[in-house]
Amino acid sequence: MSAFLVLLRRELALAWGKGGGPLLALAFYACVVTLLPLAAGRAPERLASLAPGIAWLALALAALLSLERLFERDFEDGALDLLALGPAPLEAVAVAKCLAHWLAAGAPLALAAPIAALALGASTAIIPLLIACALAGGLAFSFLGGLGASLALGSKRGGLLVAVIVLPLYVPPVIFGAGALDALAGGLPWTGGLLLLLAYSAAAVALGPIAMAAACRNALD
Amino acid sequence: MLRTIRIKDLSLVRGERRLFSGLNLEIGAGEAVALTGRNGAGKTSLLRAVAGLLRPDAGNIAFDGAAGELEAETARAEALHMVGHHDGLKSTRSAWEELLFQTRWTGGSEASARDAVTRLDLERLLDLEVRRLSAGQRRRVALARLLASPRSLWLLDEPMAPLDAGHREGFGTLMAEHLASGGMILAAVHDPLPIPSLNVEIGRSMEIGG
Repeated sequence: MSAFLVLLRRELALAWGKGGGPLLALAFYACVVTLLPLAAGRAPERLASLAPGIAWLALALAALLSLERLFERDFEDGALDLLALGPAPLEAVAVAKCLAHWLAAGAPLALAAPIAALALGASTAIIPLLIACALAGGLAFSFLGGLGASLALGSKRGGLLVAVIVLPLYVPPVIFGAGALDALAGGLPWTGGLLLLLAYSAAAVALGPIAMAAACRNALD
Repeated sequence: MLRTIRIKDLSLVRGERRLFSGLNLEIGAGEAVALTGRNGAGKTSLLRAVAGLLRPDAGNIAFDGAAGELEAETARAEALHMVGHHDGLKSTRSAWEELLFQTRWTGGSEASARDAVTRLDLERLLDLEVRRLSAGQRRRVALARLLASPRSLWLLDEPMAPLDAGHREGFGTLMAEHLASGGMILAAVHDPLPIPSLNVEIGRSMEIGG
């Protein structure tokens, strides 16, 4: 357990450290959220109806972009060898890396999501649900993104490959989260969508590390 | 604590190419083995196979402790260090941050890391970002974890290549001390090691006893 904490601290320091980290993810998020209304037209009532969906979709993209090199840097500079030989199994290494990504990028983004939604004209009633969805969904985004990043290890076109692997896996959480937000805004029962989202995130956290560790072993071999 | 490593009938394949087959090698406590051979002969691959990062095509590698054979996974996680071509240091972090992480990750403490810093003469480098260090300085930071968290088996890939003459000599002394305390060294080298060692040429005759 202590080895896990040592690694988590280092991953957090790397994520927060020089090179932007959460600030960069937040800036990207702000850019996308600003860009979409420019493309979709500025009629306030139309924007208000799109707001939760836009805030939610941009979260998925911001999470994706910030974790494309989650394993690649360690693979290139030899640190992945060290991590593979350490006291914790590679599965735990994968958990530490994804968890650190979620703490450094996912959680700040989850707090920024309501601001974006409000700026686009969403009603304040959806804010608590949006934060809950963003926190739970962000966990799924981090772990599934880590899976894509580990599968793309060593490939030249890593970034695009990660997106192509990961975006289909992002479909269910995007549907469940957007569905719950939509239902709440329309006065319909919304707990079903949130529960499915939580279940999907739990499955990603439980199963993702096994696949990531296998992909890393394969890349090192 | 490892007593013996037994490599039996080992055969390694990379891609379509067979690097070598039928390698037998036994390393006991206090022994050093220098692996030589042309570029691409499979020295690094052999080190990675011993570390468990590379699956052998055939044969096996066994680790013996004081009470008989150890489970390979446990032995590797607790008793070996590998310092390869890549030193695994993050270029944006300071040398001390990285050394401290590597030390703690491999089971050492802050005090033991301080101790290693003194012995490898790294004080002046600690606050620098890793990307500001020269190749030799980076290697010395990477080698520091060998001292900071004591483990029986050192797997070294060209450990001295970037070091200057003075530090080569210094590291030679450290290797000799490691062997004297019952450690083992398996090193891929082009220049002879500055310590008494068994020479094994990879890709030639493969029958060597321990």
